[in-house]
Amino acid sequence: MGTVRIIKPAERHPEPRITLVSQAISAPLTATAPARPASKGNGALGDAVFSAACHTAGVFVLLLMGGIIVGLFVGGLPAFKAFGLSFVTSTEWNPVTEVFGAAVPIYGTIVTAVLSIILAVPLAFGVAFFLTELAPAWLRGPAGTAIELLAAVPSIIYGMWGFFFIVPIMATTIQPAVIDTIGTLPVIGGLFQGPPFGTGILTAALILAIMILPFIAATMRDVFQTVPPVYKESAYGLGATTWEVMRGVVIPYTRISVVGGVMLGLGRALGETMAVTFVIGNANRIATTLFGSGNTIASLVALEFGESELGSLKLSALLALGFILFVISFIVLAISRYLLRPQSFKARTTAVAAVPKAPTAPTATVAKA
Amino acid sequence: MSFISKIAGVALGCALALPALAQPVTGAGATFPSPLYQKWSEAAKGPTGITLNYQSVGSGAGQAQIRNRTVDFGASDAPMTDAQLKENNLLQFPATMGSLVAIVNLPGIADNQMKLTGDVLADIYLGKITKWNDVKITGLNAGMALPDLAIAPVYRADGSGTTYVWVSYLSAVSAEFKDKVGVATSVKWPVGSGARGNEGVAGTVKNTRGAIGYVENAYATQNKLVSTQLRNKDGNFITPNTEAFVAAAQNANWATPNFAANLIDTPGPKSWPIVSPTFILVPKNPADASKTMAVFKFFDWAYSNGGKIAQDLEYIPIPTAVAAQIRQSWVTEVKGADGKAAWPLR
Repeated sequence: MGTVRIIKPAERHPEPRITLVSQAISAPLTATAPARPASKGNGALGDAVFSAACHTAGVFVLLLMGGIIVGLFVGGLPAFKAFGLSFVTSTEWNPVTEVFGAAVPIYGTIVTAVLSIILAVPLAFGVAFFLTELAPAWLRGPAGTAIELLAAVPSIIYGMWGFFFIVPIMATTIQPAVIDTIGTLPVIGGLFQGPPFGTGILTAALILAIMILPFIAATMRDVFQTVPPVYKESAYGLGATTWEVMRGVVIPYTRISVVGGVMLGLGRALGETMAVTFVIGNANRIATTLFGSGNTIASLVALEFGESELGSLKLSALLALGFILFVISFIVLAISRYLLRPQSFKARTTAVAAVPKAPTAPTATVAKA
Repeated sequence: MSFISKIAGVALGCALALPALAQPVTGAGATFPSPLYQKWSEAAKGPTGITLNYQSVGSGAGQAQIRNRTVDFGASDAPMTDAQLKENNLLQFPATMGSLVAIVNLPGIADNQMKLTGDVLADIYLGKITKWNDVKITGLNAGMALPDLAIAPVYRADGSGTTYVWVSYLSAVSAEFKDKVGVATSVKWPVGSGARGNEGVAGTVKNTRGAIGYVENAYATQNKLVSTQLRNKDGNFITPNTEAFVAAAQNANWATPNFAANLIDTPGPKSWPIVSPTFILVPKNPADASKTMAVFKFFDWAYSNGGKIAQDLEYIPIPTAVAAQIRQSWVTEVKGADGKAAWPLR
């Protein structure tokens, strides 16, 4: 989007101006080097202070990250030592006998996060598609703002809303109906059985999906807007429909960024605490049905932390859980960064090389159609 | 609220022309008695000149904070063991008592209509009784039309003193429950669904047809939840009310070390079976004796004058005879810097 804004005013200005601006942007180091001797001591001091401040800020983030990871690991070490690998594989979580295993919360964390992605991505795609291609211009602003506002709602509000509004509907209407119909079918029915508490894996995934929807939708909308209009117009010129342009031009062009946005949503779903705590049912059992109660790493830590005594094995196990969640989140973020990188790289440097590549796919589809 | 109460406090102070300046006392711990401590604090400010700053951070955190001496007193629902108290040089005494009730959600069942026993509750929470028309339940409730509905047990998902008391009761009446689940602030539940806090349990029970749960009695009455009768040790079915709670407190054996009286399933024809004291912890060798004396002064006032407030909030006041023993323990157990008894105030 940034590039679009620079090009637009450039068209209104004479040629030399653009080169200056683009030079300053593309080569900041070479531009500042000659400027330094011209300025007096004050400027040099300012540069030094600014540089030091930026370095400090950058290093501070790294130290903070490292501090948290080390703190969690050291805190969790007694639990890792006591249970070894079985801490990750055991489903037992018994504060009475002080036997702790993290398999159930790890399972719950991953299942709810993946389910929420399955629910949220189609919806987010629809929202982004509507906002960039279908919505009338006057609606794009308000609808876009509404999506961004959804992202600003605190998670405790989602939790309360879920508990007092969604859970009763699930418990009294949806779940009993589903249990009596789909639940009686062979094979698939197994996913929809159990007492209709209203809470459970599915409800948690539903709330999570609503919470991560704005993140995914906003990312998708932004990357859809980065598709150069000339590609889309070319496809339209060949007689493609809106859907064909979406499928043949926009999606292939932005696919990697879209996946990156989905991964960001997944990262948020993994770490969500309060909202999940309200609606997941909080049982330390592997839920085999979608209506079954379970827990997640974040919800278990939030619930058990208050009554964990200092220096107890339980507290250590909770810190170890925090460390495991950190590792899972790190993997997800690393994947998303990896997927996002080639897109920005390609967009900036090899735009020329991409030109023949991207349109070929749409032309082929359009020709087929 | 706090502004108004401050004005009221100042006005009261002026009216009584008390010379003493407000003496701050900090405490931390159990959430269950927190509303009562707040009310007591407002009421005691005028007559005692003590401002109580109480943080309801949970019993475990309360114990940790008084061990580290970062507060003037700790508060805990579960008593500390004699060894723990000796190790940390702490004095323990009860401040008040509370009671738990079972709440149910069954169509057509009115408040305190259903009769249950501890055995049945334990079997429900063990997953052995799964239907409301189980013969063990219908046998206790002759003439009541109980549906063929799955029982949905609800428990506190967060670690809490409430759970500690509830599983203490179930373990006291059922050897199997004690063996399979045990007693702690959070346990491994074989069946059911967990909710956060009293309000979460109440909400889940309200939402779920066929649900059963447990909450503080105060919470059940204020929110008009459907509670049940329980059979006590003497074999009588008891309706949860103040009379039954006070009877349990009177019949308890308080002559135990560190006042760690067990009010679970106390004998007596009218005793409610699930009552529990909540405790205060103070150092026996305070670094600043005046702080601990202020704590004593506060609870001295509360034992003498706080009973009405406690009952209004559905807590059970400490019996007068027990309060006298507690005051005696202050004299004999806590020494000032000079090695002499610091209480009563000189």
